[in-house]
Amino acid sequence: MANPADLAIEANGLVKSFGEVRAVDGVDLVVPRGSVYGVLGPNGAGKTTTIRMLATLTRPDAGNARVLGHDLATEAGAVRAKVSLTGQLASVDEDLTGRENLILLGRLLGLKRAAAKGRAAELLEAFGLTDASGRLVKQYSGGMRRRLDIAASIVVTPELMFLDEPTTGLDPRSRNQVWEIVRALVAEGTTILLCTQYLEEADQLADGIAVIDNGKVIAEGTPGQLKASVGSGLLHVRLLQPDQRPQAEQILARALGAVTLEPDPAALTVACSEADRGAAALAELANAGVGIAAFTLGQPSLDEVFLALTGHPAQDAPNGDAEPIDEEQPA
Amino acid sequence: MTPNMTSPDATASTANEAAVRRAIASGLRPPPARPVPAALAFAWRGMLKVKHVPEQLLDVTITPVMFVLMFTYLFGGAISGSTADYLDYLLPGILVMSVLFTTVYSGVALNTDMTKGVVDRFRSLPISRLAPLLGSLLGDSVRYVLSGTVIILLGVILGFRPDAGVPGAVAALGLVVVFAFGLSWVFTTIGLVLRSPNAVMNAGFMGIFPLTFLSNVFVEPTTLPGPLEAFVRVNPISHLATASRGLMAGDIQAGQIAVVLAVAAGLTVVFAPITSRLYGKG
Repeated sequence: MANPADLAIEANGLVKSFGEVRAVDGVDLVVPRGSVYGVLGPNGAGKTTTIRMLATLTRPDAGNARVLGHDLATEAGAVRAKVSLTGQLASVDEDLTGRENLILLGRLLGLKRAAAKGRAAELLEAFGLTDASGRLVKQYSGGMRRRLDIAASIVVTPELMFLDEPTTGLDPRSRNQVWEIVRALVAEGTTILLCTQYLEEADQLADGIAVIDNGKVIAEGTPGQLKASVGSGLLHVRLLQPDQRPQAEQILARALGAVTLEPDPAALTVACSEADRGAAALAELANAGVGIAAFTLGQPSLDEVFLALTGHPAQDAPNGDAEPIDEEQPA
Repeated sequence: MTPNMTSPDATASTANEAAVRRAIASGLRPPPARPVPAALAFAWRGMLKVKHVPEQLLDVTITPVMFVLMFTYLFGGAISGSTADYLDYLLPGILVMSVLFTTVYSGVALNTDMTKGVVDRFRSLPISRLAPLLGSLLGDSVRYVLSGTVIILLGVILGFRPDAGVPGAVAALGLVVVFAFGLSWVFTTIGLVLRSPNAVMNAGFMGIFPLTFLSNVFVEPTTLPGPLEAFVRVNPISHLATASRGLMAGDIQAGQIAVVLAVAAGLTVVFAPITSRLYGKG
């Protein structure tokens, strides 16, 4: 395994129970510095509790962890000096303005008055919140609030950032903005532990993923490895002329196996785990004079991965112990 | 804010990736705030809330104002022979009552805070766990001063003229605020133990209401039945009311003041660490 100094998080057997419920049931995590590590699971899987333990907010019942080289149990203060929290879990003060929130955090993190004000102005500008800086946060839209939340987490640049469901409840445009901010953070060297229930989000951002269900890590690897472990991808082909579909079906079935005819009369789908064989099959179609309008060779989605790993779909957690979601309407 | 694509600043409402990267790269990492500056920052937060939501001051001012008016004009004549005489006796007591009632709201506010994510952020900062609590109570002390000042000014309007003048009134207010600071640690502890702001409010007033009435705030204890009189005489709120009357009348009662300060210190020493530990646990 990697040199411990290169690890942002090294957790062994973390356990946390609330009454009868074992929210986290022996979680191991190894997160290299400089990466985005996704913790993927449905509501109630134990993601937030895991983050709360790693961020020193909740004491584990069992297990241990080193965060940025510091022992969680004995050096909590050193951990707090280097990490920050964003998302559902930590938030901003809705009874203050955006600017006041950032100045307050700057002061608490040791900036002098003028430096705290300057830093607040710089972050408000960078996050597109200058116009709203004098308004109370409770009047912000969900996307603005989430941006302020992330800005609040980098008043002093953290070495490790916990992002708990940063895009839950956001519209697609705000979600893309948050993703861009996350990419900028990573480009500047911050390690990110990203909890999400959105498979697409983990796929978009994470270098490594741990899939967690009922308090246990049930699979881990790169997004590609996880998909590969589930099996084949799919080749979708759309023809120029629908009347050539029977011919195309014959060729593809011979080259790759069972073909599914789609509702679209010009489209066919066939299982295809190797790109080479897919390309060869496409070449056969072209040689036979079948015109191709479009094709895609896709890996299975992480939704399919989750279903294959857990036996139930990602959105359908067995225990309905849902984490609270701030539902906010965009202004 | 409606999106307006033709506006030149249409892009200003979104994050700018290059600027975000610059902001991250230019971030400093100073040593975190020490406990006292951190507490002062939290006190500032408390005062900003008063600025943004001034209505919350009404809650804690209207009740004592009603008490002053009701007791003075309804019962004053019956208790002291004239409303003017009774006002002299009552006003320092009502000052005590109004400020002590305000302390319950410190517990309510902390309980409300704990239900919001922002406390998790504070708890994840590399600062003293006592700082947010100490800072909130310092901020609340400003509210105690405001609430007390309203009562004293109302008294003056109604004809209350303390013999020791402004210095006496200020000294009495100061003593009451110091006691309130000590007492509010009890309510912050309750605020962290109970589940809802309403429960804290009910428990708080269930305690503070009888304690205030079973004191010499409204009447001299000499007319009370024996056991009740004994309780009223040991009640720290009686000592606080007596000391405040003394300060306002220019008759400084060092013994009473010492008892008040000792009780305030005792409450702080016992309940501040409990509050801090509960806050740290979350």
